[in-house]
Order: sequence, then structure tokens, then C-alpha cells
Amino acid sequence: MSTSSNERSSPAALELIDVVKQYPGHPPVRALDSVSLRIDRGELVAIVGPSGSGKSTMLHVMGTLDRPTSGRVEIDGIELSQLSDRRLAAARARLIGFVFQQFFLLEGVTAVENVANGLLYSGASKSKRLGRAVTALSRVGLSHRLHHRPSALSGGERQRVAIARALVHDPAIILADEPTGNLDSTSSASVMELLFDLHREGRTIVVITHDRDMAAALPRQVAVRDGQLVVPDAALVGGGVR
Amino acid sequence: MSRQRKKPAAVSSPAPEESRRAGGRNLPPSRLGPLAVVGVASDGLRGRKLRTALSALGITIGIAAMVGVLGLSESSRADLQAQIAALGTNLLTVEPSSGFGGGDGALPAETAAKIGRIGPVDLVADTVTLDEAPRRNDLVSENETKGVTVVAADIDLLDTLKASVADGVWLDEATSAYQNVVLGSVAADRYGVTGLDDGAQLRIGDEWFTIIGVLDEFPLSEDLDRSVFIGKDAAASTFDVELNPSTIFVRTDPDQIDAVRGVLSSTADPESPDEVSISRPSDALEAQAAADNAFTALFLGLGAVALLVGGIGIANVMVIAVIERRNEIGLRRALGATRAHIRRQFLTEALLLSAIGGAAGVGLGVAVTYLYANYEGWTVVIPNVAIFGGFGAAIAIGAVAGLYPATRAARLAPTEALRA
Repeated sequence: MSTSSNERSSPAALELIDVVKQYPGHPPVRALDSVSLRIDRGELVAIVGPSGSGKSTMLHVMGTLDRPTSGRVEIDGIELSQLSDRRLAAARARLIGFVFQQFFLLEGVTAVENVANGLLYSGASKSKRLGRAVTALSRVGLSHRLHHRPSALSGGERQRVAIARALVHDPAIILADEPTGNLDSTSSASVMELLFDLHREGRTIVVITHDRDMAAALPRQVAVRDGQLVVPDAALVGGGVR
Repeated sequence: MSRQRKKPAAVSSPAPEESRRAGGRNLPPSRLGPLAVVGVASDGLRGRKLRTALSALGITIGIAAMVGVLGLSESSRADLQAQIAALGTNLLTVEPSSGFGGGDGALPAETAAKIGRIGPVDLVADTVTLDEAPRRNDLVSENETKGVTVVAADIDLLDTLKASVADGVWLDEATSAYQNVVLGSVAADRYGVTGLDDGAQLRIGDEWFTIIGVLDEFPLSEDLDRSVFIGKDAAASTFDVELNPSTIFVRTDPDQIDAVRGVLSSTADPESPDEVSISRPSDALEAQAAADNAFTALFLGLGAVALLVGGIGIANVMVIAVIERRNEIGLRRALGATRAHIRRQFLTEALLLSAIGGAAGVGLGVAVTYLYANYEGWTVVIPNVAIFGGFGAAIAIGAVAGLYPATRAARLAPTEALRA
């Protein structure tokens, strides 16, 4: 294992090194098979693959929601695969912003409170959390929807609230899992436009999708098939791609 | 972004320990202050108000039952104690009874005087119930007595029974020889006697008696409250009756009461002591207090069962909440919550639920006690142990009920929780 972020001038935003994720069973299922991937700061990357290809597992491993069976996961130069639950939680609270297909907004609280929840586990005071949430909501163009409940928002607006929540703590990387999967085409377009905007501001964003057209629109594509990285649009050619 | 850069470039093989330290050094841990925990938990409850109210209701009923039972039993006990204190435990009553001999059951007129000669007897007074009908005036029929009886009373009766005069005076040596009458409190009510200024009179038999006083309630002697009292001398001279005592009240030295009790019947009726019935009124009150205790235990048991059911209700609601809110748990893990944070959140929700239920239960129990005690005319006594113990029991139930669901929520793997 000669490749390490140490030897580069600047650590990658995210780096997977020989990551294997195997689920027990007969036979065991290899959801990720020696995946190595480096995402630099400021990149907007699509991870694309059909369902069952292992891209969700990849997102979970990248986001430290799941531990790899072997291999290393580094975010912002910090090795995460061996950390305790508490340290992993800290990594998620500080380094990673998640955007989910189902938005996962809390129904009982307003948009600004939902966004402030992105800072809840950072230990920031409530007024600071709310202040930064207002800023983040303005950033995604929802300053007029601060005190609406999620049920009073359109699908596109909800996803923008979720994106605001993902960037409110200024993470090293934003991981978006099928961010347009539950949206109509107009809302999808506006959400993608927002992600491009954030990319232009220098954010590092990984978008997981099964939609090849959407993936093709992004600056970089990483294709996954059967737990391995493959050359995009050449799915039958095996072998890992860096 | 200006995060601190890690390890020097010279290190070629980063050992896991070192990386861990690097991770540890660079990342301040996730934190969730106590205030934030309560905020998160109350958000969780506010999102489902009806269910919160219903599950808290179980605890409310249990705690209210316990607080109410303790409050009512204490209030009624305090009332009994007050009655016992007012009555004194050193009062004995002597009454004629038919006994085994089948005798006439009459006590000789001089019995009270004989009892008064027993050493430790402080005071003695007898009453003689007369057959004369008391009436408000001579125009109403002899049947219109309003349930009031005429009693010829010893002038020591008031002191012996620790009773007091509400208005006017009690009988003394002079007034008891003439046609004067003092009314018991209930009797005065029934005759509508409110003041004594007008020199009101009462018709007893075929004679007029002047009302000279109205009494307060006797401690534990409702019969006497319903009576009107005339002097024994006046009774003897007016009605020509034998003054065989109906009841003799004996006030003794408190330390000698058993000794006095032992000799009382043979003193009252040396020939047939079994035709004398002796009782101690305070015994009845103490028996009542003991009976109340038995009921208190029973109702406390019922309250405890209600509380247990309430606790199970909370556990049930929390288990359902954990299942329903899987996604929320996953989201919170993704936002940086540790397992401990999740556990704390759900435990706090259970505690809040039970605290709401407990507070409402204490309030309800106090209110019920207050209303019922007022209705009964008791002083409201709510023991602190009921209030703090009740609230504490609610909290303890909440902690126990919340522990399992909270642990279950904390154990949920983030990837599992985020599955749609």
C-alpha cells in the first residue's frame, strides 16, 4: 500500500484505499471489492451504477455510517475506519454533510429548525445554530420559507432544506444519495442547479445516482458494478479504475 | 476551509494508532448539552401530542390515586385525631343495660355521686332523658318535637364533656332549679332559635321554659346536640319523675383510666354489675382510624397497579416510537449523534412523559383531596411524602419504562435506520 495521502501536497477531500465490504452469509456477499478512489477538494463527482451495484454501500462506507471489512477511509486526511463510535459520530458531525433521497426532515419542526439540527451535535448554542441555519437557508434560496413546516413545502423546497442542513456545518464533503430520486423533473433541475452552484463555490460534492444522464452532466463520473469500479460506459470491461 | 493539517510528510507508514490519535486530535467530539437533550425530547413529544397525553394519562391516574388516597387518609386521620383530642381519651360512659339478669336496667339516682367518690375520677355528670315533648310553642301538637329530646342534666355536664356555650349561659346551681332551658346546637337549628334577646321560651310538656343558652357542638355526641337541657331540680319539681340516669359521663385521671374502668360497674350497681355497660368513646374513634388504615392500604395498592399499567403504557409508546422513528434515528446518527445521544434522547422523552403525567397526577390528587376534605369539613392535610414520593415514583417508572426502548434505539445501526 504505497499510495497514501501523506505523499501529496494536500490531503484529498475523501480517499478510499482498498476498501472491501463483505456481508456474512453463504456465500458471503462482497458489496465492495477492493475499491480505491480519491476525490479531491472542490470536485463534483457522480457515482453511478444500477441498483445492487454496491453504490449505496459505498456511500455508507464513505459517510462512516458503515465500517469497511478491510481497507482505509480518509476524509480531509483523517483516517476513519478504525475510530470508535464516538469519534465516528464526531467525524459525521464535523466533516460530512448528508443529503438523502427521502429528505428525512423532521415533520414537527420548521425549516430553519431542521437546518439547525445539522449543527445540533456540534455543541453550538441554540442561537448560533439558528443564526447559521438562517444563513444556510438563504444560500439555498429559501429565506422566505424559514418558518414553514416541511409539510408546507414542495418536494424541491424540502430537498433544498435538506441541502442547507448538509452544508450548515461547513463539511469537508457533501454526500448526496439520489438527491433527485423523489422529485419531478423541474424540481430535479433546480436541485442539480443548486449543487452546481455549490460546486462552483468550491464545495466537494459526491452524488450517488442510478441515472446515467444525470451522472453524465457532472464533471466526473465513477461507475460501480458488482462492487467494483469500472470505466464509465464500458461496463463490461472489468477492473478497477482510479 | 482552514482545518488543521495532519501528520508530517516524513512519516511513511501511518500506524492505525497514530491515525486514531490524529483523528482524535483534529475532531472535537460530538456534543449534546442537557438543554439540547430536553429540547430534542420535547420536540419529539410535541410532534405527537395526542399520544403523549394519552400515555401520560396512565401515570396521571396512578399518581392521582396514590396522592389522593394518602391525602384523604391523612386528612381524615387528622380529623379523627382532632376529635379524639377534643373528646379526650380519659372519658368513660356508664349506661344501664339489661345484662344477663334481665333486670329493669335502671341505675339509682345517686349513682353519679357514688362514682364521684372514686379517687381518680375528676369529674362526673349524668343525664336523664325525659319523656316530655319539647315544642316551639303551645299551638303545635305534642308530636311536633322535631326529633328533639328533653334531657335533665347535671351542671357538670359541660365541663365533663369539654363542650362549650355558643350563646347565653349554661345551667348553674340557681338556673337549674327553675324553668330554664339550654339548647343543643342541632336542636337550636331545628327550632330556629338564633338569638336570645327576645327572652324566647320553649314549651316542654305543659310548662314554659325560658331559653338561656345555646351550645356548640359536643365532641362526638350527636344525641346531645339534638337535645334540650333543663336542670335536674327543675325536672324533679316540674315533672315529678324518678331521676334514674340514662348516661353517666366520667372524666378520670388519664393514668388511672383502666383502674377506674375496673371498679366502675360494681360501684354503679353493686348488686348486679353485669347490668351496667361501660364504654370509652375514644375507642370507637381509634377503631375507625384503624379501619381507615386498612382502606388506605387497599387503595394504595390499587394506585400502584394503575401506576404500573401507566408505566407499561409509556414503555409501549416508546417502543412504538423507536420503530416509527427509525429514519429519525438514522438521520440523527448521520448528523453526528453518538449512540449515547440517541439513548439519552429517548430516555429523556420517557422521563418527560412520566414527569408530565406525575405532575398532573399530583395536581389532580391534591385537588381531589382538597375538594373532598372540604366537603367533609376536614382540615386538608397532604403529606409531603405523597407529593414528592408520587412525583418521584412517576420519574422512576419513566426511567424504567424508557430504558429498554432507549437502548434499542441506540443499538440500531445507522444504515439499518436509514433504510426507507
